[in-house]
Amino acid sequence: MEAPEQEPYPLDIEAVRADFPILQRKVGGDVTVPGEDEGDTKPLVYLDNAATSHTPDPVVDAIADYYRSYNSNVHRGIHHLSQEASVAYENAHDRVAEFIGAEGREEVVFTKNTTEAENLVAYAWGLNELGPEDNVVLTEMEHHASLVTWQQIGKRTGADVRFIRVDEDGRLDMDHARELVDDDTAMANVVHVSNTLGTVNPVAELADLVHDHDGLIFVDGAQSVPHMPVDVDAIDADFFAFSGHKMCGPTGIGVLYGKEHLLEEMEPYLYGGEMIRKVTFEDSEWEDLPWKFEAGTPVIAQGIALHAAIDYLEDIGMENVHAHEQLLAEYAYDRLTEQDDVDIYGPPGDDRAGLVAFNLDGVHAHDLSSILNDHAVAVRAGDHCTQPLHDKLGVAASARASFYIYNTREEIDKLVEAVDDARQLFA
Amino acid sequence: MGGGSDMYRQQILDHYKNPRNHGELDDATFSHTGENPSCGDTITVDVRLEEDDETIDYMAFSGDGCAISQASASMLSQRLQGMTLDELEAMDTDDITEMLGVDISPMRIKCAVLARQVAQDGAKLHEGEIDDLDITKTED
Repeated sequence: MEAPEQEPYPLDIEAVRADFPILQRKVGGDVTVPGEDEGDTKPLVYLDNAATSHTPDPVVDAIADYYRSYNSNVHRGIHHLSQEASVAYENAHDRVAEFIGAEGREEVVFTKNTTEAENLVAYAWGLNELGPEDNVVLTEMEHHASLVTWQQIGKRTGADVRFIRVDEDGRLDMDHARELVDDDTAMANVVHVSNTLGTVNPVAELADLVHDHDGLIFVDGAQSVPHMPVDVDAIDADFFAFSGHKMCGPTGIGVLYGKEHLLEEMEPYLYGGEMIRKVTFEDSEWEDLPWKFEAGTPVIAQGIALHAAIDYLEDIGMENVHAHEQLLAEYAYDRLTEQDDVDIYGPPGDDRAGLVAFNLDGVHAHDLSSILNDHAVAVRAGDHCTQPLHDKLGVAASARASFYIYNTREEIDKLVEAVDDARQLFA
Repeated sequence: MGGGSDMYRQQILDHYKNPRNHGELDDATFSHTGENPSCGDTITVDVRLEEDDETIDYMAFSGDGCAISQASASMLSQRLQGMTLDELEAMDTDDITEMLGVDISPMRIKCAVLARQVAQDGAKLHEGEIDDLDITKTED
């Protein structure tokens, strides 16, 4: 029987895969140390991109080039290397601003990751601005990075922390949102794309709602910026955050976007080094934005590499990145829903981001993940840092397959075969 | 199938599907509960001692979780019969992997040792060696 004709990929999959040498690795068996005899191994099927994506050669080259050619601290040095590094590091801020639709580098603060960006706003803004009369609105699908952070700030300031309900389809209950957001809502922090449900939230609509009540909105873009075109101006987010390592960049860099006037008004969160303009024994003055929020020696190599990652993704085109993942998500959703004993969480295949969290009846997600690993299929298993959401779903854990530009339908077929194997083993 | 699938060789699956000594004891000398917070495995161990207050007569267990954690508890319940509390307290991770008879990947080792830790903490509480321990939690 002839295989049904499949829609062509929106990007040149062979060329993309060639940029990621790690995809040539074989894993499995007992071999865990790179370079050792690979023995009884299989080609890697990497479906854990929501945790971290792989790094293409041009980005690895950008890191190596920095360390090999112009490694130097920024801003302080008058010498040649420091100037090169400073220019490259500042340009990286400009590039990020352009990529997400910010007005300029003043609105782009480099942090360690999304979590640090969340904490920066919580400490620098939340601790100073919130009191018992205020409330902070989150969602039930919030990642621990924002959930736990505001929970703790709420305990310290007395501000009430409330959660917009997730409905049975895994979408936000917008009626409930309109009930929760009131004139005492000082901040809403909402995840743009759920890392568990795959839901794409109506963040622009939520921003309008919160702004109608004179509150601020912080959008967590950790799972959106790597995968789809994002424009912070169009969303009208007051704050926005994402991480480099989920979008072909290195670990150790995240971005906090903030509207300039808000960042101007905020006190720094960390003190020392780069963020200081003038110091006496009595008092200090802060550097201009964004350096005011980048204390100490900043993430120079990571920032420069993030620039390269953005160039790489934009060469492919964020529309193509998104279309490719939509195609894979729909395919995975369809193949997994064919199985009666597989539960998938979140909205249907044509209305979700490129990740699928699921459970196989009678097999704990960690057992399932171990068996998938025997097939060299890498997925995440656990609560994906959304424990309250898993409690609500009534499961301790789930397995999550998450896709990126280099994944293929054949790899999803391998995932499904591995699930079949787990079913047989536990039958 | 080779490699890590050995983790799920027949013995483990057999104990998971047909757990030995599963349930609760009405006449337990001590009882203790533990969990593996990162994946939600829970194990409650009920131990009945012989008259010498030292030798384990019977261990029963109940709980929920992955195949490794539940099979390990089932096998431990058989292993402990006739052992002394001192012998139980001397058991280490190697003893558990040896008992399971398979390679356990580092990521899963805390599933494998949960039942042992619960039994050991229960014994320590019983002997008054420790107090203020409501529940055993494996470290991440």
